[in-house]
Amino acid sequence: MTAFILLRILQAIPVMLVVSLVSFLMFAHVGDPVAIMLGQDHTPEQREALVRDLGLDQPVLVQYWRFLGNAIAGDFGLSYRLSRPVAELIAERAPATLELAFTAAALALLVGVPMGVYTGLYRNSWISRLFLTFSLIGVSLPTFLIGILLILVFSVWLGWLPSFGRGETVQIGWWTTGFLTWSGIKALILPAITLGLFQLTLIMRLVRAEMLEVLRTDYIRFARARGLSNRAVHFGHALRNTLVPVITIAGLQLGAIIAFAIVTETVFQWPGMGLLFIQSVGAADIPVMAAYLLLIAAVFVTINLVVDLLYYAVDPRLRADRGAAGAGGR
Amino acid sequence: MAPPLLEVRDLRVEFPTRRGVLTALDGVSFAIEAGEVLGVVGESGAGKSMTGAAIIGLIEPPGRIAGGQILLEGRRIDDLPYERLRRIRGREIGAIFQDPLTTLNPLYTVGEQLEETMLTHLPIGREEARRRAVGWLERVGIPAAAQRIGSYPHEFSGGMRQRVVIALALCAEPKLVIADEPTTALDVSIQAQIIALLKGLTRERGTAVMLITHDMGVIAETADRVAVMYAGRIAEIGPVREVVKHPRHPYTAGLMASIPPLDRRVERLAQIEGAMPRLSEIPPGCAFHPRCPQAFDRCRRERPGLLDAGGTRAACWLHLDRAGRHA
Ligand SMILES: Nc1ncnc2c1ncn2[C@@H]1O[C@H](COP(=O)(O)OP(=O)(O)O)[C@@H](O)[C@H]1O
Ligand code: SF4
Ligand SMILES: [Mg+2]
Repeated sequence: MTAFILLRILQAIPVMLVVSLVSFLMFAHVGDPVAIMLGQDHTPEQREALVRDLGLDQPVLVQYWRFLGNAIAGDFGLSYRLSRPVAELIAERAPATLELAFTAAALALLVGVPMGVYTGLYRNSWISRLFLTFSLIGVSLPTFLIGILLILVFSVWLGWLPSFGRGETVQIGWWTTGFLTWSGIKALILPAITLGLFQLTLIMRLVRAEMLEVLRTDYIRFARARGLSNRAVHFGHALRNTLVPVITIAGLQLGAIIAFAIVTETVFQWPGMGLLFIQSVGAADIPVMAAYLLLIAAVFVTINLVVDLLYYAVDPRLRADRGAAGAGGR
Repeated sequence: MAPPLLEVRDLRVEFPTRRGVLTALDGVSFAIEAGEVLGVVGESGAGKSMTGAAIIGLIEPPGRIAGGQILLEGRRIDDLPYERLRRIRGREIGAIFQDPLTTLNPLYTVGEQLEETMLTHLPIGREEARRRAVGWLERVGIPAAAQRIGSYPHEFSGGMRQRVVIALALCAEPKLVIADEPTTALDVSIQAQIIALLKGLTRERGTAVMLITHDMGVIAETADRVAVMYAGRIAEIGPVREVVKHPRHPYTAGLMASIPPLDRRVERLAQIEGAMPRLSEIPPGCAFHPRCPQAFDRCRRERPGLLDAGGTRAACWLHLDRAGRHA
């Protein structure tokens, strides 16, 4: 078990190195950071001092090494645009993105899985058909359009929910949360739906397909032949067997939710990392972009690890350390 | 006289398809007495599994029972609502499937699966269910049962898994077990052990068995009576000695003549020309007539019902005389 985790962490290292190299190349070689930071009017002395400060006079390898060391220590340099430490900017924005992503993911799972189970079990009912039609919309409409439509209906026409921002937030240590105020929760609803809708429909379709597959298996027939209740057959036996693929996709999708929060955050002016990233792109604020890239890679790698561990918990066949095979027989 | 344990009357199963309705079972009638072993034989596709599925109400939609009755101890069970029939499955009628590698849920230990079955049907608590689960594993010959109770299906060999399946089929103490080719998927070297186990356990507790198999050798050794199926119908039914030694139906005769010296499986009948018709192409009259060496005019026009053939009952016009005399 421990060996398994260590192995997976070791496997993640090359991935992170490649991403960090890309980040670094962006950081050091896209545009002219010195010119950007100094603006139009500067003396050659100022320029030289800054070049030395940033370490840009060193060989590339040394620069990369320093970049890597700093990144591990959480130091991504100063934002060109805001002249503040990047780590600080990201830490400020992270709670907004994480709360939004968490809500969207919870929505996708808590609604998507039951809908998938239902449409798998009662595939010919009209409700199932309705769900499937609805899921087509969720899959095919682009996120920004869904966001704009939701704003149009619920903010502009009905005036029920705010169209931008996070509402009031409460500070808990360095974390700011919108979960604790009414306005914070109201502000969360539309962006969470916008962000989670695609994943919701994806999970629903996946669970449905897996349920249909599993319901055809011999062990489900045998469970029925043993006279188990429908509830036991559907949820205890069928749903549980769909979990392995569902966990994979749901895990990957959680990563995607965090990564693609960019669009939703832009539409709703949600003060998260995605919005920060977009603003940084507009201003060619390379350090922020590099740090964001690394962070997203780290998120994906972590999620993959968690997914592997969940497999392990769900499927006994993967727990190879148990004593295998009985005596006798074939 | 008490009604038989199970009685199937004129059972008809249909599958609506785009190209018309297929009739998978057509006028199937037979009975099983308490404690009796009824063998069911016939080529692949004859309708053996379908008959078993119909009895426990597990025909895959869109297939459906389109006619006839199924009675358990004189009570009809074919028209019961799903929930009532569910309580009969496992409790009154157990089932054993063909492939033990796919019949057990891979995510639950064998103990959990046994306990779940017993707790569903029997008025016992968890403790007692656990105790009995160990007892059942011992009874079906799993070594070190108390330790293996927490093992997952993939930790057992195929033969051992079929033993677990037998335990699962019997653990709620049903009166009838439908065993659908319980050894077909197993290694030849352990087939006899599994049959002996099934036979021993069911005889001990007076459980009746509907034993579906390709293997005439197994039938000859195990069954009390045997039903021969052909193209969704029963061709002949009677005491196993009679059917094996003096088959009255030309199809049964061919089937017996084709038994290889040692009990190998009968996949193809070397002695009978041609193949069993597909459901969409069942000929009128006697379904066997295109392959029957003794076919005559009437066979092509009229379908024979099960006629008294002296010792057995056979769906064959050759026995009309005797049947006529007796009537
Ligand atoms: N889902 C289905 N749709 C149409 N026909 C089916 C279906 N399942 C089984 N059948 C047909 O029913 C007949 C009986 O099948 P089965 O009972 O499995 O045969 P056996 O067990 O004797 O080999 C076969 O001709 C088979 O093709
Ligand atoms: S009824 Fe006719 S065709 Fe059918 S088995 Fe008897 S003799 Fe052959
Ligand atoms: Mg079969």
